[in-house]
Amino acid sequence: MRIVVAKPGLDGHDRGAKVIARALRDGGHEVIYTGLRRTPAEIVRIVMDEDAAAVGLSSLSGAHAVLIPRVCEGLREAGMGDVVVFAGGIIPEQDRSVLYEDGVRAVFGPGTTTSEILEFLVTLEQRAEAGEPRGVGEEAGWHW
Amino acid sequence: MSDASELLEQARSGDRRSLSKLLSHIEEGGESPVEGGSGTSLGITGPPGVGKSSLIGRMIDVWTERGESIAVLAVDPSSPRSGGALLGDRMRMSNADSSDLVYVRSLATRNHPGGLMDCLTPMVDVLAACGWQNIVIETVGAGQAEIRVVAFADRILLVDGPDRGDIIQAEKAGIMELADLIAINKSDLPDAERAANAVRTALSVGADENTPEVLLVSAHSGDGVEEIIEALSHTTTTKGRESLRVRERLISAWDSTLLSSPNLESTLAALETGSMTLSQAVEQIRKGV
Repeated sequence: MRIVVAKPGLDGHDRGAKVIARALRDGGHEVIYTGLRRTPAEIVRIVMDEDAAAVGLSSLSGAHAVLIPRVCEGLREAGMGDVVVFAGGIIPEQDRSVLYEDGVRAVFGPGTTTSEILEFLVTLEQRAEAGEPRGVGEEAGWHW
Repeated sequence: MSDASELLEQARSGDRRSLSKLLSHIEEGGESPVEGGSGTSLGITGPPGVGKSSLIGRMIDVWTERGESIAVLAVDPSSPRSGGALLGDRMRMSNADSSDLVYVRSLATRNHPGGLMDCLTPMVDVLAACGWQNIVIETVGAGQAEIRVVAFADRILLVDGPDRGDIIQAEKAGIMELADLIAINKSDLPDAERAANAVRTALSVGADENTPEVLLVSAHSGDGVEEIIEALSHTTTTKGRESLRVRERLISAWDSTLLSSPNLESTLAALETGSMTLSQAVEQIRKGV
């Protein structure tokens, strides 16, 4: 799968994003890493240019509640509702249901194993084959 | 109308998503809707860490200021163990994600020495057909496979740095003969001038019309970037360099034929058990194709 790993906003900590990027590569995926401090519009552009099937958003600075929905909205507006959005980093439990309702399909917090993320991607592939919703613009409800 | 020509139609009218989908279609081995060989490209290569992506980022700035569009195909190797790839070139091209004049696509080699090359030329043709004015192929020049990727470009810029050991290393890589222009990056560092002179001295032995010009540039400060673009615009490939590239392209097509041979697995097995010699193996594969 082609996956964009992105750091939205002013958060300057990308160790986690890099570890995830490497884990996904070792799981056989093609990972495009954006580097730090991307705006939601830039992330949407990168996903489009790279023809990525999924985008992982890493946030540790508390701006997730604003920036992640903007990326989701941008993807839908650009006609990329089939792209899968997942998130990781420091995202408190009480903030997650809003993200799930907005079409985010997984939120991985501290302590997540890399094999769990790879399992999530396998599930995504199975859902695509079965024609079940997984994209950010498709029916919300299912999440990891 | 086929899916590919429909995508091309939309990509031509400026729909980037259709362009991306069309490039994926070609990457996966699909037929190109564009006539072969209609586009021209600039190959940029050099050892890891010399600042190729940063330099391309600066070149993008110069081109966009002139109102010219740029498409970059950034090639990185796939992991031989997992088949995955970590593609991070675009993070060094700071303006790549905002301007409509810039399109950057990261490509993994997918462990097919010939496979990627088979799709690069049609990708360049598609980008040219969609009106992209400057088409750049970026690759790490660390080994023969990468040199063969860049041999598919119409012009080649070799980027080197001052902090990479002596010039013999650059000559060993076998790519200096293919380059139309050599840029020594990091001219803001003290040893850059010396490195450029070392390259010039090395090239001056047996110099002829095939000997490329050597320029200093700093992707850090932007010094010399316009000069590189200027030099590229009036540099033409010589016959000598062109024939070396044709040779590399043939070898790459040959590799591709070898690796896609139906006899490959059985021949490898026979070689492992020792029931066949190498020259018998070559014979068997040639018969199979």
